[in-house]
Amino acid sequence: MTEILVLVDHVDGAVRKPTLELLTIARRLGEPSAVFIGADASQAIESLKKYGAEKVYVVDDADMATYLVAPKAEALQQLVEKTSPGAVLISSNAEGKEIAARLAVKLDSGIITDAVDVQSDGGTPVTTQSVFAGNFTVTAKVTQGTPIITVKPNAATPEAVDGAATEEKVEVSVSDGAKTAKIIKSEPRKASGRPELTEAAIVVSGGRGTGGNFEPVEQFADSLGAAVGASRAAVDSGWMPHAFQVGQTGKTVSPQLYVAAGISGAIQHRAGMQTSKTIIAVNKDEEAPLFELVDFGVVGDLHAVLPAATEGVTERKG
Amino acid sequence: MNIVVCVKYVPDATAERQFESDHTVDRVGVDGLLSELDEYAVEQALQLREKRDGEEIEITALCVGPEQATDAIRKALQMGVDKGVHVVDDAIAGSDSLATSLVLAKAVEKIGDVDLVMCGMASTDASMSVVPAMLAERLGLPQVTFASAVESQGEVFRVRRDGDTATEIVEGRLPMVLSVTDQTGEARYPSFKGIMAAKKKPLESWSLSDLGVDAEKVGLSAAWSAVEDTEARPPRSQGEIVTDEDGSGAKALVDFLASKKFI
Ligand SMILES: Cc1cc2nc3c(=O)[nH]c(=O)nc-3n(C[C@H](O)[C@H](O)[C@H](O)COP(=O)(O)OP(=O)(O)OC[C@H]3O[C@@H](n4cnc5c(N)ncnc54)[C@H](O)[C@@H]3O)c2cc1C
Ligand SMILES: Nc1ncnc2c1ncn2[C@@H]1O[C@H](COP(=O)(O)O)[C@@H](O)[C@H]1O
Repeated sequence: MTEILVLVDHVDGAVRKPTLELLTIARRLGEPSAVFIGADASQAIESLKKYGAEKVYVVDDADMATYLVAPKAEALQQLVEKTSPGAVLISSNAEGKEIAARLAVKLDSGIITDAVDVQSDGGTPVTTQSVFAGNFTVTAKVTQGTPIITVKPNAATPEAVDGAATEEKVEVSVSDGAKTAKIIKSEPRKASGRPELTEAAIVVSGGRGTGGNFEPVEQFADSLGAAVGASRAAVDSGWMPHAFQVGQTGKTVSPQLYVAAGISGAIQHRAGMQTSKTIIAVNKDEEAPLFELVDFGVVGDLHAVLPAATEGVTERKG
Repeated sequence: MNIVVCVKYVPDATAERQFESDHTVDRVGVDGLLSELDEYAVEQALQLREKRDGEEIEITALCVGPEQATDAIRKALQMGVDKGVHVVDDAIAGSDSLATSLVLAKAVEKIGDVDLVMCGMASTDASMSVVPAMLAERLGLPQVTFASAVESQGEVFRVRRDGDTATEIVEGRLPMVLSVTDQTGEARYPSFKGIMAAKKKPLESWSLSDLGVDAEKVGLSAAWSAVEDTEARPPRSQGEIVTDEDGSGAKALVDFLASKKFI
């Protein structure tokens, strides 16, 4: 069976959930082989095994992580040339897309980014993308070379199946030219204790209407076990870090439930949330454009509605 | 120093964006403009020149796009860029990011002696965020991308990159490719003086043969991915809207959540 390469996205060896989703997708297309780049793969191999990786290629090189993008693209190129895979799957985040971009140029291969679903047509990946602020769905195929596909979080539910996860160490050569953008400092994001924004089943976001007080938003989110998001107006005002921004220039989320409080619903915000399954808005202006998209809306002051709703939710959960 | 800012002409996001019957983006029937996210790159180029008083810096806006794309270059000239280069050729229509980056790379080489290639973080239509990395790969230059703050001293640039899991400081040396996000700060509006001055600024138009790019390498037929289908999402129908009075809103909200089994 053809191998499908999955680049492992990890933080110091801890595999991130979207990678497990990629393994599940890879199994539709062929035999999943994970590619781990970094130091100490042991913890990763354990989780990759649980989600069906048959092989794990390990590029044991801590130095690579201190440069942006280019060395990883070189490593993947060498692996593709060695294994002739049926496709390469990479997580759709800034670095993942850029690795895919350079790999496509190196291999003369077609690239598809931001797939929200990947199915197999006789082993050929067929992707679904959501474009123009979520207003269109596009299905596409790569027609030249090795399909290089970046996949958004939540494109599949990771299935636990036991893989062989046979470890194979690979030596790659990284050119000096690839080591020209150096990461001289890295500050890991502090864990909020809440679910990851792009992975959460429920997201509660606040906008300018919070007036800078995110407490009602955070408490409502916590009552539902949700992630917290923000509009750009809230981020630009310095109320929330940029990592929480939902929208065109922030994160795209597609949860089961999205609650927007004090957010008007500009096209750039909608671009990041309009494929959510269920949408709720709380806004004191009944003319707010976001109300056009909602399954349920409350016209009212979020500072009154959210705390009361938090209480109501907590009571019901008993 | 020579700076090239890559600017894209895109359909207006607030208009009804459409696909053509061959599944390419309709770039003619919908009003277009300079991609908002590229304005931030233009702004950072202009600020760099202002900060480096005394250094000779020439800024060129480069665009690959249809006839009307001169509008995008014009806007960059009005903001303060010195000259424009428009690569326009019927064969380019329908190009994918690989072909676009090839044409951009050849144009940068033809402009010559370029120290800094600047890009936006993504085009507002395709939104792939891949062209800057492809350009760096093709030009063999360092890629310092997704900068949300830029600092430089001489040839060394340091930027902040807000990643998924960490905030990084990335350092690179000229010549390089730099892409910037909308966190770098609002772009200026063209002044009246800028608008007048732009009329006299040079704007060159190059074809593929000027760049020595084979027409077979670009366009829809050379695209290495094929769209099988495009489908408009069914419009969302508006659900129930209640007006809060003395806590009734919160109660209705909780009932709704329970009815949908969220609690
Ligand atoms: C290139 C570009 C990229 C962008 N990218 C993004 C992006 O990624 N994400 C994003 O969100 N935006 C983005 N924007 C900005 C976007 O256009 C809007 O400006 C932004 O989304 C507005 O945020 P907001 O809804 O919080 O604020 P506003 O539009 O000011 O809306 C605030 C809302 O709160 C309501 N309100 C006020 N007080 C209360 C109260 N007490 N209770 C309840 N409701 C209240 C008001 O009625 C109003 O509807 C981008 C813009 C550009 C140009
Ligand atoms: N046709 C084009 N002409 C000029 N610059 C472009 C073009 N396409 C992309 N770019 C540049 O590349 C960046 C990222 O584009 P993309 O990879 O399409 O999201 C944009 O912000 C522009 O700076």
